[in-house]
Amino acid sequence: MSTPTLEKPPAVPEEIQSFTVTLSVRRFVPETDEEPHWENYDVQMYATDRILDALHKIKWEQDGSLSFRRSCAHGICGSDAMRINGRNRLACKTLIKDLDITKPVTVEAIKGLPLEKDLIVDMEPFYASYREVQPFLVANSKPKDGKERIQTVAERERFDDTTKCILCAACTSSCPIFWTDGQYFGPAAIVNAHRFIFDSRDENAAVRLDILNDKEGVWRCRTTFNCTEACPRGIQVTQAIAEVKQAIMRGKP
Amino acid sequence: MWSWVLHRITGVAIFFFLLVHILDTALVRVSPEAYNAVISQYQTPIMGLGEVALVGAIVFHAFNGLRIIAIDFWNAKYQRVLFYVVIGLWVVTMLAFVPRHLINVFSH
Ligand code: HEM
Ligand code: SF4
Ligand code: FES
Repeated sequence: MSTPTLEKPPAVPEEIQSFTVTLSVRRFVPETDEEPHWENYDVQMYATDRILDALHKIKWEQDGSLSFRRSCAHGICGSDAMRINGRNRLACKTLIKDLDITKPVTVEAIKGLPLEKDLIVDMEPFYASYREVQPFLVANSKPKDGKERIQTVAERERFDDTTKCILCAACTSSCPIFWTDGQYFGPAAIVNAHRFIFDSRDENAAVRLDILNDKEGVWRCRTTFNCTEACPRGIQVTQAIAEVKQAIMRGKP
Repeated sequence: MWSWVLHRITGVAIFFFLLVHILDTALVRVSPEAYNAVISQYQTPIMGLGEVALVGAIVFHAFNGLRIIAIDFWNAKYQRVLFYVVIGLWVVTMLAFVPRHLINVFSH
């Protein structure tokens, strides 16, 4: 009987390379600051870390007063949209390896909504537009067999893209029309109207089309495509808006 | 974003050109001498270069305008490709126009 021997020495776990990343964060504390200002923080990060991890490191290890919203940390809840290197993204879906870290990475609150503190904005105007388009199923008739409202695969497919919205406001706050005209419904509200306008079970499409035919409705859209590029869910936002415009002209979905 | 910025800048620029152009043409009814003096200014090389910019703006605005119509009435998915098509058509049109125009301007 021979004692088993290791053929190779155990591999020394390779050290995972980390980098010093400078974050330039636009800070604003309403109690003490008159104007927002930029502050730099150095954090040690792995390539697979996300900007949200960097913000956590700053908050937990360097400056507990830094304020931002986040909940799920996995791109589902939509609470951490912010402007990173001049583009709207979710902090929890922005990997360090996808950014140029030879320069400071800028992080600021999304634009066009009232700044409350640091990276937090007042989302109320955004939700108000969302509520106005009736983002819920309206069906007052009795279902055919008395139980279910049946839909074909193709009917479900018709509005599939716009069901993916997580209401993060990345689109609306990237829109140059919304920046100058805060009354504009904005892409997110139109996306969520589209979700029900093209749902075969819904009966209130005409009402929603009428709401969006408003001066501040879909006709404000100048097809800049900023919203489509900003959407972390990959929704074809401008396409959805164009489809609503066409539905208004046809007078039906 | 940039297609829109250019579209607005060229749109507003064309508008101001037309405004001035309508005013100077209207001048012929007020005073034909003054009209001739103003129009002769358009024959200078500086204005010749200005015309290159004006035609460039109109050509971009027209082609991109057709792109926006296609986005609104047909399909938004090909907007990026269409933008490169607009740039391509613009370059081709300008290549055809600019040499002929400049020969005209500087041979007088
Ligand atoms: C050559 C034919 C033309 C075509 C095909 C065209 C097409 C268009 C289209 C489709 C739009 C809407 C853009 C949008 O929805 O965002 C637009 C906007 C505009 N156009 Fe034109 N246009 C033409 C000529 C002109 C002329 C001659 C002028 C100047 C008097 C002009 C001035 C403008 C302005 C100021 C805007 C608004 C830009 C904006 O809202 O961003 N266009 N054009
Ligand atoms: S459409 Fe996209 S960017 Fe706009 S709120 Fe919904 S998920 Fe966010
Ligand atoms: S924290 Fe939930 S989406 Fe980023």
